[in-house]
Amino acid sequence: MPADLDLQKLIFGRLTIESLPLHEPILVATFAVVALGGVAVLGALTYFRLWGYLWKEWFTSVDHKRIGVMYMVLGIVMLLRGFSDAIMMRLQQAVAFNGSEGYLPAHHYDQIFTAHGVIMIFFVAMPLVTGLMNFVVPLQIGARDVSFPFLNNFSFWMTVSGAVLVMTSLFVGEFARTGWLAYPPLSNIGYSPDVGVDYYIWALQIAGIGTLLSGVNLIATIVKMRAPGMTLMKMPIFTWTALCTNVLIVAAFPVLTAVLVLLSLDRYIGTNFFTNDFGGSPMMYVNLIWIWGHPEVYILILPAFGIFSEVTSTFSGKKLFGYSSMVYATVVITILSYLVWLHHFFTMGSGASVNSFFGITTMIISIPTGAKIFNWLFTMYRGRIRFELPMMWTVAFMITFVIGGMTGVLLAVPPADFVLHNSLFLVAHFHNVIIGGVLFGLFAGISFWFPKAFGFKLDPFWGKLSFWFWVSGFYFAFMPLYVLGLMGVTRRLRVFNDPSLQIWFVIAAFGAFLILLGIACFLIQIAVSVMRREQLRDTTGDPWNGRTLEWATSSPPPAYNFAFTPVVHDNDAWWDMKERGYKRPLDGFRPIHMPSNTGTGIILAGISVVFGFAMIWYIWWLAALSFITLLTVAIGHTFNYKRDFHIPVEEVVRKEGERTRLLAAEA
Amino acid sequence: MASKAASAVMTDDVVFYLADEHDHAEGRSTMLGFWLYLMSDCLIFAVLFATYGVLGSNYAAGPSPRDLFDLPLVALNTTMLLLSSITYGFAMLTMVKGRVGQTQIWLAITGLFGLSFLSIELYEFAHLIHEGATPQRSAFLSSFFTLVGTHGLHVTFGIIWLVTLMVQVGRYGLIAANQRRLMCLSMFWHFLDVIWIGVFTFVYLMGMLR
Amino acid sequence: MNRFRILALLSLSVLLSGCNAVVLDPSGDVAGQQRDLLVASTLLMLLVIVPVIALTVLFAWHYRQSNTDARYEPDWDHSIHLELVIWAAPLLIIVCLGALTWMGTHLLDPYRPLDRTAEGRPVPDDSKPLEVDVVALDWKWLFIYPEYGIATVNELAAPVDRPISFRITSSSVMNSFYIPALAGQIYAMPGMETKLHAIINKAGTYEGFSANYSGSGFSGMRFAFHGLSNDDFAKWTEEVKATGGALGRTDYLALERPSENEPVRKYASVQADLYKAIVNMCVEPGKMCISDMAAIDAKGGLGMAGVNNVLPLTYDKYARRGSVLGPEQTYVAAICDTGEQASAPTNMTPVIEKTPLRPSSTPSETPSTTPVAERPS
Repeated sequence: MPADLDLQKLIFGRLTIESLPLHEPILVATFAVVALGGVAVLGALTYFRLWGYLWKEWFTSVDHKRIGVMYMVLGIVMLLRGFSDAIMMRLQQAVAFNGSEGYLPAHHYDQIFTAHGVIMIFFVAMPLVTGLMNFVVPLQIGARDVSFPFLNNFSFWMTVSGAVLVMTSLFVGEFARTGWLAYPPLSNIGYSPDVGVDYYIWALQIAGIGTLLSGVNLIATIVKMRAPGMTLMKMPIFTWTALCTNVLIVAAFPVLTAVLVLLSLDRYIGTNFFTNDFGGSPMMYVNLIWIWGHPEVYILILPAFGIFSEVTSTFSGKKLFGYSSMVYATVVITILSYLVWLHHFFTMGSGASVNSFFGITTMIISIPTGAKIFNWLFTMYRGRIRFELPMMWTVAFMITFVIGGMTGVLLAVPPADFVLHNSLFLVAHFHNVIIGGVLFGLFAGISFWFPKAFGFKLDPFWGKLSFWFWVSGFYFAFMPLYVLGLMGVTRRLRVFNDPSLQIWFVIAAFGAFLILLGIACFLIQIAVSVMRREQLRDTTGDPWNGRTLEWATSSPPPAYNFAFTPVVHDNDAWWDMKERGYKRPLDGFRPIHMPSNTGTGIILAGISVVFGFAMIWYIWWLAALSFITLLTVAIGHTFNYKRDFHIPVEEVVRKEGERTRLLAAEA
Repeated sequence: MASKAASAVMTDDVVFYLADEHDHAEGRSTMLGFWLYLMSDCLIFAVLFATYGVLGSNYAAGPSPRDLFDLPLVALNTTMLLLSSITYGFAMLTMVKGRVGQTQIWLAITGLFGLSFLSIELYEFAHLIHEGATPQRSAFLSSFFTLVGTHGLHVTFGIIWLVTLMVQVGRYGLIAANQRRLMCLSMFWHFLDVIWIGVFTFVYLMGMLR
Repeated sequence: MNRFRILALLSLSVLLSGCNAVVLDPSGDVAGQQRDLLVASTLLMLLVIVPVIALTVLFAWHYRQSNTDARYEPDWDHSIHLELVIWAAPLLIIVCLGALTWMGTHLLDPYRPLDRTAEGRPVPDDSKPLEVDVVALDWKWLFIYPEYGIATVNELAAPVDRPISFRITSSSVMNSFYIPALAGQIYAMPGMETKLHAIINKAGTYEGFSANYSGSGFSGMRFAFHGLSNDDFAKWTEEVKATGGALGRTDYLALERPSENEPVRKYASVQADLYKAIVNMCVEPGKMCISDMAAIDAKGGLGMAGVNNVLPLTYDKYARRGSVLGPEQTYVAAICDTGEQASAPTNMTPVIEKTPLRPSSTPSETPSTTPVAERPS
């Protein structure tokens, strides 16, 4: 028998039949639903013979627009998973009173709040932000693609790989039970011997490679590929925020990578970085992870600021107020975001001087942020505001975000933080800025740029319904948490013994339900828009009377974006062109040099999933094999020197001729 | 802005697009992109250095640098790596002149120096582990092995890359793409040198002085 | 709809005053001052937040597309005066708030002994603070009263108007010690000690708990904190002494094992220096105290002689030790049993691994590190 056991261990590592959560009815039911849904989707794809199309036109595409769209799809799919976790938590906390244990055991509940945080930050907010930047930035700077088109595809698929590993943890083994930042010693092998933390580590490491490379890629794109005439101070503000965000990514994600490497060394070979034993220091992990973690917050919010700037100025029909002060504010926030990490743990007992230093630097960030809010206000001032969906999100953001900003500054006052730290007040605060800031911004961006990506607008009725459900749902879900925080309720609790708290949790659960309706309306909005696409069609390429270059080309833009590289004279380049009676060129086209598609990205990412899975389950032979394969495929890819082609001039003429006809029909 | 009719006149003076455009040189952002990657890698080392700075004196009642480090050996090792950087420089000089054979020879010499650096490092590690000074023994040793080992891992990948490039140069010659790749590896190789000087100074020299 | 939202917020604050918002209405002077700072900062920020929200609503309404009476200046995008104001206004508020923060943080530093028992009442010169040693265990709280030689689990009591000086640590993972009615929280961390000075001004029973997630039993890590009059507190200590058992090292090691939703326990006597041993993670026989280890490290470690001295330094007792690719623990234990003496050079006295075995070894004493000083360099 022992020989059998050893053989099994050799082949399967610590993966056994018991690793499948067959005894947990919630998970089995979820699996059934997911499996049925998956089979239905796969069946439909096969039935409609879409595999070839998807593979050729999307999966292997190096077109920044398609990759951007795929990022958005990934983000929205993962939003559904992250939100299911949220609503399960809300339900548990609403019923676990008066001696009731609720319906989730600790083992399950603790995974849910960890997964919720990890998924929402890494696999919802990050892909949505990266997706928008990927789609919009090259168009805004008048480029035909990013600097490194293959890397772009590879980065996307690495992010997908991370998401796949997180989703696998739902049905094979378990996810971490440590909270979303996995503080040791709790996350170390001694206290979390199971696979959960390993899923966490490998999902983030693999997705992190993608994020880092896409950061490098977009910086190089913005620095090197701007259209002639577009000096730094003539860049659209969204591009500026994208630049700063990607600088933050490149300067912050290596820290995450390094700290997770150290944690995995502790877990896999027994080093003593973050252990209690042999001189290790768990406090160092907390410091390091927040040196990444705080800039991460700004990585998410800066592009949202950029979106709001574009939307406000477009829908107010006005130049952005205080462009240069907006740019300086963005840069100041970028720099300061590295000097505030300690405010996440004032309660660790650093001295008063250290605490006040970090408290005050945190407050200083609110100065440029405040200036930004005023800039948006004065962009609206003496404007002519069209309340289309993107503008509605923006106004909701301005009102919601200042509340979140205020509670944030409050938490930056160390003595106030001592009473509010880790409380539901804190939870309410960061949801206030992440939902009220990042998510509202993303929705504004999605409804703003959707017509550019697909050639038709989103249906406004369902959009407004979704908007109102989201906004009211947000207030119902999180204002009670502020109250609960002031009542001294801490986060991540599974059961409660004070019945007077229950009503607040019930209100919060109601809010979560409203948000559920908001998400449903959003999905319906997309479906309805696709069905009504002929009525919603935009043939001009400029449905909002836009100001920046992405509105100068057709919707959806041709693969090459611009038949001729535009020349820029003003920071609202397209507005300037329209004002000065720009005439679209109708002849003189040339063949256009473009990168060719490649399947290497998706293949490498697929092997990475296998490698991560093998490492998580200690299947050493598979880990070694997949790592060697990974190296071989990567090296093999470098032997391919033919990575580009020319779009023939006939094709360009045909595409541009089509657009000419559409524009003529419009006129 | 005045009315559109008036501004239409201005269009004659203002160029809004490039009518005559040549293909962009391939890989014109590669150097910048690779430099950005190197900076991110540099941050990984920064974290490892910081970790060593924090934990480097937590010997856990075990051995300290003075009990473990063999400075002459490390000096020899440093020489290997510095020499490899010089020979890589020669490879680049001959590459500019377009001499394939000489470039290959200098690359091979660089690779050999790199290999001897790695062998000496592996010998040092094996010796330490044999004596019981394992990465698990103390936080100091954990951070030491990780910092030096991460550098060693980079050198290993550098050598794999170097061999790949030698094959590619042998097969396709010193074409523009290969020259660009050699430039990238050059940056990588010198970067590793700079990191090693930091390791040598902060870990070995200052460890012995402590 | 925006008006509705403000109304909703207002009604929310009315509701708030109706419920038990302990953070806004604490019973200890420290928490009271923290609340004051909280309220002052909020008011200060409302100076800018309220106008911003009002202006947003106003501008959004007034400059709507259908209001053709409103001025429309599509190219107006710059005004030096306005920009000065929009940078200066937040700046001024942050300057004030920064000053408030600097003073408040130093004044309310949890490590700083109290100088007043309540507003206008300085601490009398002859008063000695009540010392309480707090240990976060998996998943319960242990409170040791060195002055009385007693200890309790999941129940804490203190006399009203007498300063309390907490020393806080944890046995395994991070927790946070928090009694909202008394004072702000501070982390409890293994192998480390944090401090908190506080005072309770009103008699009553308050809730305390861990405010940092620490594993599956985290939700049940609650305790009652009794603020008692001096007489009641004396009675309470007597009661603990009368009913409780003894807490020695072995009892502690049993208590330390992970357990959830623990009932209140009382101990009439506590082994001397138990808390110091807990902070230094050397309660278990055979462990080297962290303070001793640090003292040895400060002198340059134990050289190659210490290389196999491993078991005394492995502190995580009830957790599964060892990693998949690391050395086997049995191997380490074997080395410790036999190899240790053999591997030590003869010119060294291998005192270190015996030191923690002596129960009297305490961190405040000079640890027996003489061999280190003699170590040839």
